[in-house]
Amino acid sequence: MVEIPAGSAGAVPSAEVEDVELYHPKSWWTKYVFSQDAKIIAVQYSVTAISIGLVALVLSWLMRLQLAFPGYFEFIDADSYYQFITMHGMIMVIYLLTALFLGGFGNYLIPLMVGARDMVFPYANMLSYWVYLIAVLILVGGFFAPGGPTGAGWTLYPPQAVLSGTPGGKDWGILLMLSSLIVFIIGFTMGGLNYVVTVLQGRTRGMTLMRMPLTVWGIFTATVMALLAFPALFVACVMMLFDRLLGTSFFMPAIVEMGEQLQHGGGSPILFQHLFWFFGHPEVYIVALPAFGIVSDLISTHARKNIFGYRMMVWAIVIIGALSFIVWAHHMYVSGMNPAFGFFFATTTLIIAIPTAIKVYNWVLTLWRGDIHLTLPMLFALAFIVTFVNGGLTGLFLGNVVVDVPLSDTMFVVAHFHMVMGVAPILVIFGAIYHWYPKVTGRMLNDALGHIHFWTTFLGTYAIFFPMHYLGLLGVPRRYYELGETAFVPPSAHTLNVFITVMALVVGAAQMIFLFNLIWSLFRGREAGGNPWRATTLEWQTPETPPAHGNWGKELPVVYRWAYDYSVPGAPEDFIPQTQPATGGTTREAIA
Amino acid sequence: MNVTLFFLTAVGAVIAWWMAGQRLTSKPWLEASPAQTTIAGRKDPPAPAVKIGLYVFLGVVGALFSLSISAYFMRMESADWWGMPLPRLLWVNTALLASGSVALQWAKREVRHGRMEALRLALVAGFILGALFLAGQIEAWRQLSAAGYLLTDNPANSFFYMLTGLHGLHILGGLVVVGRTTVRAFAADAPSARLRLSAGLCTVYFHFMLAVWLILFALFAGWANDFVDLCRQLLS
Amino acid sequence: MAVVLILVLLVLASVLFHALSPWWWTPIASNWTYIDSTLIITFWITGIVFVAVICFMAYCVYRFRHRPGNQAAYEPENRKLEWWLASGTAVGVAAMLAPGLVVWNQFITVPDDATPVEVVSQQWLWSFRLPGADGKLGRSDTRDVTPENPLGLNKNDTAGLDDVIIEGGELHLPVGKPVRILLRSIDVLHDFYVPEFRAKMDMIPGMVTYFWFTPTRTGTFEILCAELCGVGHSQMRGTVVVDEAADYQAWLEQQQTFTQLLAAREPQPAD
Repeated sequence: MVEIPAGSAGAVPSAEVEDVELYHPKSWWTKYVFSQDAKIIAVQYSVTAISIGLVALVLSWLMRLQLAFPGYFEFIDADSYYQFITMHGMIMVIYLLTALFLGGFGNYLIPLMVGARDMVFPYANMLSYWVYLIAVLILVGGFFAPGGPTGAGWTLYPPQAVLSGTPGGKDWGILLMLSSLIVFIIGFTMGGLNYVVTVLQGRTRGMTLMRMPLTVWGIFTATVMALLAFPALFVACVMMLFDRLLGTSFFMPAIVEMGEQLQHGGGSPILFQHLFWFFGHPEVYIVALPAFGIVSDLISTHARKNIFGYRMMVWAIVIIGALSFIVWAHHMYVSGMNPAFGFFFATTTLIIAIPTAIKVYNWVLTLWRGDIHLTLPMLFALAFIVTFVNGGLTGLFLGNVVVDVPLSDTMFVVAHFHMVMGVAPILVIFGAIYHWYPKVTGRMLNDALGHIHFWTTFLGTYAIFFPMHYLGLLGVPRRYYELGETAFVPPSAHTLNVFITVMALVVGAAQMIFLFNLIWSLFRGREAGGNPWRATTLEWQTPETPPAHGNWGKELPVVYRWAYDYSVPGAPEDFIPQTQPATGGTTREAIA
Repeated sequence: MNVTLFFLTAVGAVIAWWMAGQRLTSKPWLEASPAQTTIAGRKDPPAPAVKIGLYVFLGVVGALFSLSISAYFMRMESADWWGMPLPRLLWVNTALLASGSVALQWAKREVRHGRMEALRLALVAGFILGALFLAGQIEAWRQLSAAGYLLTDNPANSFFYMLTGLHGLHILGGLVVVGRTTVRAFAADAPSARLRLSAGLCTVYFHFMLAVWLILFALFAGWANDFVDLCRQLLS
Repeated sequence: MAVVLILVLLVLASVLFHALSPWWWTPIASNWTYIDSTLIITFWITGIVFVAVICFMAYCVYRFRHRPGNQAAYEPENRKLEWWLASGTAVGVAAMLAPGLVVWNQFITVPDDATPVEVVSQQWLWSFRLPGADGKLGRSDTRDVTPENPLGLNKNDTAGLDDVIIEGGELHLPVGKPVRILLRSIDVLHDFYVPEFRAKMDMIPGMVTYFWFTPTRTGTFEILCAELCGVGHSQMRGTVVVDEAADYQAWLEQQQTFTQLLAAREPQPAD
């Protein structure tokens, strides 16, 4: 878009938009179930993702119980333990985090924040959700299939994923998992096209790219990455299905399984790992970038200060997105690939730390000389910074090829990725829910319950994952059903395991408070009004709260300024909405 | 993964080119505009969302095939790889798909001039040629299986069946859309904007799938390897 | 206010935990002290950054918390500060990366005098093969694996006939001699992991992977599998014993060669 300087043109033409039939659904079904309203779809995505996430939470309890009290719970045998870790990992990464950030927050926030009436392809958007639901159902089907779900670990490395030594390898488990992923990717592509094209083509007048809130930047970049990275998982899944069902040898070398020669030969397990991590590493940032964007907006709004270094933040998001495609093999330092690759991938991996660090500095510098309101979203943002900095820094251990050698495949890795792409993004999700719930429902979430939820979750998760690094340092491998008698592990490590498990149970229980709060506040929460946080961005300027389908009533909003005009000197209030034109005066040129 | 990285570099170049026009170095906080400004928008009318959507989708499909081709090259390095002979029929199929592409290009021209009769003919021709291509591919599969080149015998065979299958599914999807456009063309007396758009998009999609097929064909015929070898020699 | 206090306490607790926790790496038994040193450098750099960032954040929250009448400053960016921070970060990253890459170069450069030792894994058992008097390991292939020939050695390769085969037993290594560990799997992925040696590497069916090290002290160490390999993953243990040269020779002489193994297991010709 090009801006024409003042004086060269007349008044802004009317932005009146024709009324669309779609915005007046005829029945309850088309309004709430087969809805084409991005906001309803967002809620559907979120509810489904959180529900399946709860399943994964319970699975994590079960596996923690086994680790703390091996042998005490008889129903957790080795088979089910591996099934639990596999399903926990896959659900959390793909079906919860990816779906919630892109399908949930993306659907709700993109159209509202860029001033669109809806996504550009509402029908495909609806379809995207239903396909996602089918993927989730296929996945859950694994629990009821003969042999149970797959226990191959969320990385699904062949050959073990399709052999009988692994639960579900020769039964339905692995088939259902691969099919579910394929269906998920198809559904995601329909949604992803929507998010990208809506940002490209659906922005309202005046909404230049550099006026977009960082939330939109984060989700947009993550979606572009997901569209390019998910095909790698798709190809890997299709090829593994061929190997498992039709007997091809894409990934299957000559194997003697339990004394018996198999028909396969010549295939390359490392090929799978390349494909998997070509998707898997961008996936980390697919989850992280929306969190980066959202947390920037939370900090800025609740510190009543513009985000520090907006341009640098945008560039950092784009650079991280691009770099994340050339670091994938840092998951494979000890995989047996050509060791010379280690030099390249260690270098690119550590370079990516620089734009990431800049983002952290800018969040903290936004607090500097701010007017910090310690609201729940702000608390979660602060907690995010703590966990993200912690997890990001341990990433420097694992990214630096030679330091990774002793640490890979130990609990250190588990602690690292839970901190950086488990806890940190989930804290942002909570912060974002406390922040936008008033817009979605028109009511505030209960503050007291929120504080209990916040402190238990933040301190509890830190207490789970910080000490866990030291188990890894000690040498405790990950994915162990039971450690048994191991000479180098002191008995005190078992005490630590018990402590971690207790904390995990507590943190899990705290989430029930959160769920209760979500439901209770829906009916009893304080009325929020249209803009309870006194925020500048477009979603808080809708004529109705919650916004109706079509978002903006008769006229689309027109954007006159960037998204971060907080505490502008000389302004009557400490925020100026994006829809408010400049009043001729040029107070701010003097400052900058 | 070289093929994939090459593809991603191309995609990255397009994104960089687009971003270069978005004033990413501007200082948005200095640019609040007064109400009296026309926030004019774009110099040209915005491209229809579907069109951009299609290009983004082609990016996804491109990633899918470039990753498959990367996997093909990586798997090829192992000792158990024997190339398979290609049935002559594939040449016919290539010709069919290419003429389908030409027919759709013709349809695109006719719809611009508003000649409905010719448009319908062109669309039907495109549809039939595409369908014949698919039938031809299936026949090629049958010939190969009959000649003893089964899916599981060799990775080269496995890749052939998988990649042609994947490509065929994309053609099938394209045919559904062409079919719908054809039906619409028969129902309408004059070309609507929507029909014009559909015809244009079908053409783009089929050209793209033709390009993918030509690359796959070159790959199966072994020319791609010669090309890669040539590149390596030039580099070293 | 509670927030500030808790953030500071959190940092303090983390540092104290690091300093006082009894859970630290196992005493090293190989030449890879450089890996430990690189790890320590990384700990110092990242630790300082962690403490600095979180304490600064806590200070900001304390100093600039909302009080009636406060107004935030308006400061869109500060290029100079951002460049300084970025450059500082780049220096820190380089300080970690450079030693890392140097040590990696050592890690992947096997000394010429390293003795080859083969580790063969299967679900869920470790086997070993040492070169015989000729100092060479014979060829092998998963396709040749049979109950009589559990490691799949090529019977026609004379270099392999005198190879010492240890099926599911202990591996002994002489102290102070570099060894090149060759890793082979006949079914799924495994990973040869001895915490005291620091080094580890995945074992890929259809490929031979490797790493090298020099055992630096005698003792008995546990081998663990570090790559998920099915339900028996956590039970897949083995033992490696590092001996003085004389003890090693004594042990070696008791072991069975491939020829002896074949002779013992070859099905007796039917009468």
